[in-house]
Amino acid sequence: MDAPLGSSRLSNIALGLFGAAVVVFLVLPTIIVVPMSFSNLRYLSFPPAAWSLRWYLEYFNSTEWMLATVVSLQVAICTCVIATPVGVAAAYALFVNPGKATRVVYTALMMPLMVPHIIAAIGIFFVYARFGMNNSVIGIVLAHTMLAIPFVLITTLSGLQGYDMMQERAAQSLGVNRVSAFLKVTAPQIKGSIIAGALFAFISSLDEVVVSLFISGGPTSTLPKRMFVALRDEVDPTIASISSLLIITSLGIGLAAVVASRKKYA
Amino acid sequence: MRRHLNARFLLLTPAFLFVGGLLLLPLAWMLVLSFVDAGRFSLVHYARMLSDPSYAKSFWLTFQIAGTVTLAAILLGYPLCYWMLRLSVVWQRIVMICVLIPFWTSLLVRTYAWLVLLQRRGLVNTTLQDLGVLNEPVQLMYNVTGTTIGMTHILLPFLVLPLFAAMQRIDKDVLRAAAALGASPIFAFWRVFFPLSLPGLGAGAMLVFVLSIGYYVTPQLLGGGTTVMIGQIIQRNVELFSAWGAASAVSVVLFAIVLLLFYGMNRLVSLDRVFGGSN
Repeated sequence: MDAPLGSSRLSNIALGLFGAAVVVFLVLPTIIVVPMSFSNLRYLSFPPAAWSLRWYLEYFNSTEWMLATVVSLQVAICTCVIATPVGVAAAYALFVNPGKATRVVYTALMMPLMVPHIIAAIGIFFVYARFGMNNSVIGIVLAHTMLAIPFVLITTLSGLQGYDMMQERAAQSLGVNRVSAFLKVTAPQIKGSIIAGALFAFISSLDEVVVSLFISGGPTSTLPKRMFVALRDEVDPTIASISSLLIITSLGIGLAAVVASRKKYA
Repeated sequence: MRRHLNARFLLLTPAFLFVGGLLLLPLAWMLVLSFVDAGRFSLVHYARMLSDPSYAKSFWLTFQIAGTVTLAAILLGYPLCYWMLRLSVVWQRIVMICVLIPFWTSLLVRTYAWLVLLQRRGLVNTTLQDLGVLNEPVQLMYNVTGTTIGMTHILLPFLVLPLFAAMQRIDKDVLRAAAALGASPIFAFWRVFFPLSLPGLGAGAMLVFVLSIGYYVTPQLLGGGTTVMIGQIIQRNVELFSAWGAASAVSVVLFAIVLLLFYGMNRLVSLDRVFGGSN
């Protein structure tokens, strides 16, 4: 695009430098942990004084960290598998029936994004305490599914934007029932958005800290919960290796979601 | 028609059960708990919030930090978006990915990164010393400064996404018209472009502010024991004192503020535009 305001060269350069500096501020602190994690010292520095895999070995050889990783992966996969169909079904119903009531339901389903996690966390903790569901994997999965629904809803609705429902009617008039009309005609066309939603559901669960802090514990502690507790007590360098692995995972999943939903970013 | 309604109902039920059962119901229950003490109706939890100065102090600190973070996000984010607008489509995409990289990365991981960077012998302190800005390392974390830096980094994308989307929607012909009518670039920016970008800026800024006041992880880890925001008051009441009524009352007040701000924001820009990011 041409410069909207034909301002001076100097101010353009200043703007460019400032913009680039902000980009560095955004990206650098996010990824700098990766090279630092290959340090062989307890004290993390950049660049590392000597390179080693010490903290990765520490992580992979620790039964506690491995257990937490398995719990987190289990929870994230279950969350993704449940939240995706639930969210897609809701998005479809909201898209097919626009109207005032729909706006209200939509706002209600978006609530998990608006309520501060600390409030959701203690609310769920209170309810689970009643039913003895604290520290259970199923309890964490249900809570994470609730938190992930808005992500699936947003991506699916944005995929449906501008979609012509007449295509489904045409399929129905040719003798296909509603469900297969959706699965065979609509779903393939919004596949990318659904995949993006599923990926975001997965990553939102994998990264979730605050709710897990309250409702998971002991052998069902999730990876972020263990990391948080470890960080609160002392800065354990093992966290650098775990963080690096999480950063790579998030980046891979984020980029995959962008590619899946094509021109749509988030 | 009936079959239609039934189908819609069935499709929405699972999602509604999740959000209703695990969010709306707990919220309603907390509202009830906040008015109960020793088994009967009582306003004691709300009275305590008014009488105990530690609550007022925490609310004030929370708003201060949220305000600073929002201001910092505007000062960093607005020029960034304005710059992005002038880049070619390919570069816009690359910069947008750079904005999204922290957005996708775990909040805990990013807080950890700041713990490493801001420590006494961390990269920030050593770089500032090497540049001669500082003579000796300064305390950058376990205080309000560290919390503010970390939260600004974490929340900046929430300002950039809606703001950039709003800027992209501004009709470029309006600016050309201003120039054709003899407006200087600075005049055209302040009188034409900036006002048109205000709804996006307002939405992004309010989103950052709302998310800030409910923050827990970052102030807990980067703030040390002294930076106590509202979220930590809630957590302490539950974990240290098992004071569910007190925790519920603080949550109710915090949630009321959050809802009010979202309501105000929704009047500026529809919420799905904010959450939908840069579509």
